Amino acid sequence: MSLTRKRRRLYIVLAALLVFGGATALVLTALDENLDHFRSPKDLIAEPPAPERGIRLGGLVEEGSVERSADGLTVNFRVTDLTESVSVTYVGILPDLFREGQGVITLGNMRADGTFAAREVLAKHDENYMPREVVDALKASGNWRHGEELSQ
Amino acid sequence: MIAELGHFALILALLTALVQGSLPMIGAARGDAAWMALARPAAVLQLVLVALAFAALTYLYVVSDFTVINVAENSHSAKPMLYKVTGVWGNHEGSMLLWILILALFGSMVALFGANLPPSLRARVLGVQAWIGIGFLLFTLLTSNPFLRVFPAPADGRDLNPLLQDPGLAFHPPMLYAGYVGFSMAFSFAIAALIEGKLDAAWARWVRPWTLLAWVFLTGGIALGSWWAYYELGWGGWWFWDPVENVSFMPWLLGTALLHSAIVVEKRDALKVWTVLLAILTFSLSLIGTFIVRSGLLTSVHAFATDPERGLFILILLLITIGGSLLLFALRAPVLKPGGLFAPISREGGMVINNLFLAAACATVLLGTLYPLFLEAVDGSKVSVGPPFFNATFVPLMVPLIFFMALGPLMPWKRADLAGVFARLKLAALGALAAAGLTLYLREGWPVLPAAAMGLAAWLFVASLVEWGGRIKLFRAPLSDSWRRARSLPRAAHGMTLAHAGMAIAVAGMIGASVWNLEEVRNLRPGESMQVAGYDYRFDGVEQIEGPNYLADRARFTVTREGRPVAVLTPEKRLYPVQNMPTTEAAIHTTGVSDLYAVIGDSDGRGGWTVRIFHEPLVPWIWLGCLVMVLGGLVSLSDRRLRIGAPKRAKARPDAAQEPIPA
Amino acid sequence: MTQRLFFLLPLLIFAVLAGYFLWGLSPDRDPQALPSAMIDRPTPEFDLPPVPGLPQPGLASADLAQGEVVMVNFFASWCVPCRAEHPYLTELAERSGVPLYGINHRDKPEAAVAWLEELGNPYRRIGADSGRGAVEWGVSGVPETFILDGEGRIRYHHRGPLVGDLIEKEVEPMLRALRP
Repeated sequence: MSLTRKRRRLYIVLAALLVFGGATALVLTALDENLDHFRSPKDLIAEPPAPERGIRLGGLVEEGSVERSADGLTVNFRVTDLTESVSVTYVGILPDLFREGQGVITLGNMRADGTFAAREVLAKHDENYMPREVVDALKASGNWRHGEELSQ
Repeated sequence: MIAELGHFALILALLTALVQGSLPMIGAARGDAAWMALARPAAVLQLVLVALAFAALTYLYVVSDFTVINVAENSHSAKPMLYKVTGVWGNHEGSMLLWILILALFGSMVALFGANLPPSLRARVLGVQAWIGIGFLLFTLLTSNPFLRVFPAPADGRDLNPLLQDPGLAFHPPMLYAGYVGFSMAFSFAIAALIEGKLDAAWARWVRPWTLLAWVFLTGGIALGSWWAYYELGWGGWWFWDPVENVSFMPWLLGTALLHSAIVVEKRDALKVWTVLLAILTFSLSLIGTFIVRSGLLTSVHAFATDPERGLFILILLLITIGGSLLLFALRAPVLKPGGLFAPISREGGMVINNLFLAAACATVLLGTLYPLFLEAVDGSKVSVGPPFFNATFVPLMVPLIFFMALGPLMPWKRADLAGVFARLKLAALGALAAAGLTLYLREGWPVLPAAAMGLAAWLFVASLVEWGGRIKLFRAPLSDSWRRARSLPRAAHGMTLAHAGMAIAVAGMIGASVWNLEEVRNLRPGESMQVAGYDYRFDGVEQIEGPNYLADRARFTVTREGRPVAVLTPEKRLYPVQNMPTTEAAIHTTGVSDLYAVIGDSDGRGGWTVRIFHEPLVPWIWLGCLVMVLGGLVSLSDRRLRIGAPKRAKARPDAAQEPIPA
Repeated sequence: MTQRLFFLLPLLIFAVLAGYFLWGLSPDRDPQALPSAMIDRPTPEFDLPPVPGLPQPGLASADLAQGEVVMVNFFASWCVPCRAEHPYLTELAERSGVPLYGINHRDKPEAAVAWLEELGNPYRRIGADSGRGAVEWGVSGVPETFILDGEGRIRYHHRGPLVGDLIEKEVEPMLRALRP
């Protein structure tokens, strides 16, 4: 009786080791290859990453840098951290909140020519962003009144 | 006045919960029946009070009372009535209130229908439920009170985020919360069992319907959320492995494991310690999900506005709830007596395999979700873990799981004959080969892996039907005989077949959507056309329209295939002036086996518009499969052996599901 | 004994997880934050015209490095958080006597005038910025506030409204440190 119980536990432990060992192996290989690293333009210029490395490039869209190509699809713009800036090429529809002078995050790879090929562009936040503490401050100051732009 | 009433009701609910969490627990420890009996009316009273508070908030939204800060921030007088009501839970404070309402609802269901639970178990379960309620009521009252007033009142509200003004998303949170909170029942039962030091088949019979109900809601909620992301975000994708999605998916994975292990406890009195641990972990992951979404711990596209102070409060709640229950587990679980024996190859063994894969898959999702946090803590570098990681880890774990999923239901309890099981799966193997062959035939370029994957989905689908057909002796006995057998078959058996078959359909949809989706972006002028996957999309032009609270550019595409009209698609680009927020409305036409999906982008100022067309094969099957799974869960729930309040009577009935199936 | 440890394992794993969560909540960690590239750098060269309809003169880089600590605040009438921080800023400017300069970001002049008339005008100079200035200053939204030392170098940069105990905990210590 106790032998079979022990044996059953052994089977379960073996199966658990197998499955979780396999999962660990998968995770370890996948983590190495599939991370997107956050970089600013300065980081990219100082230390250009390998082309296959996934990068999240964050910064501001430089004012006046957005150019659409003649086909109307390819968009070129520069992302800047005010120290350095990087040329970004993106094909497709820009997010609704993409604007010059606004924060942006682009996902993609660095090309050998020093430009950044974005496969995804995310706009950071909208102009009317409303952090939590503001609400509390409004409550505290008794100043919760909307300006014209809100009630229109 | 109404706001104050709601606030007051919430405070009373907290006091009721304090009574419900203390006296019955003491009563259970002392064996005092009168004190234990307090739990039931207290639970019902708590529900009444919380429902009152919720009704008060809903009323404030309906009448657009902008003296209440929560209403002013999240509603607008010009908003359609549907979104005024759903706006109640479209924000942090209101959604917490909904959370508490659902919790109270589940608690009172135990109180009302739990007549045949042992009194001490019932008192303890309700006591644990009350403690969870106390935590969240305190959290809401102290940090997220939805009833605060503002003076002077604004002329109009700030409006609900336009992305959330959508029927799909309006009902996504309530379903998701019902799922999360539903798992609190399994949790409370597990804690009560640990306190009692007793866990038997009756316990499992009690836990299963609650878990199943929660699972049904969570499945529906996740599917609805994914559907929303698919048509509202306009990216053509249906799952992004975003942290907010992952935190709802993890409890689903563990909850599915719990659903299966609880069956083993009920039928075979085995895997008890593991089942208790699963019950604790499933609910813990639900709580961690709530925490991550609201604390700003991880970045996500659709998290609530965040606040570290609130995060700290929830973290303390988590430490008490999860830490406390795991400590209780460490102390008390060794007391639980080990149960029945089984051979490795048996129904029980199959369930162990199922549980191992689901738990491992859940662990990889957890790791991938939290890895950016770990890495940032260790060396300060900021990374994000994207879909490639999950595709490389999660998918390989699902392949063997789906393979074994076909085998499990065919194996009898205790000891199975593998050769016999495979002999019954000849038809499934045939189906798999046919699906793989069909894929190779229909698709160019010899797609071996996708073909194998489609074969796997067919394997599961046919195997589920074979098991069901075997039970009712389909085609082996006269049809009338099969019909009689089908009718006397327990509903749970039908439910399982549906759930497994639904899974197979969803898997096929996911494969199709990931492997064969096409995306074409063009710049078109009115009158020009483009071709995607054999369909012609003629761009007829863009007109300006005005919605109830938005302005929109609406494009019109006439879709034809070989000259025959197929559909007219009208994607929009909307602007909600109140929040100055643009949104994209995709237009989708489904043929049943694929979706035609159009999105309109910006004008180039020279008469051309950016147009994005997706061809999404098999995508509708994802939600069809989820729907079938939900249906399976509901059918199973309607089984009278599982029906709430009926376990005693059911026990007397011969248990058809328990009979080993002749191999 | 080993069995006991086995039962403790989930608790231990959770304890580690909770440690990371606690770290992740520390208030100075913002996963969305872009590191400010402006600290300890001189301000960019700029020359912004006054807002039509306001008595205050415009703002140029020459007004900054005058040997005095100043604050520069980006604001707009359409920005709700700006409204929230306004009383705090006004009070701070009055109490500390530090000159407060404003940069009115992408605003209609008449809206800005009305806004300041309604809420009060604590600014000594106000430059009208169509958006270019914000990029040069590394501003990603409004409101944002800078503190500059007497040589015109940026010593403090805050994104978002200056409200609550931020002023007490960050701004005032910085002002005290710069103005011995």
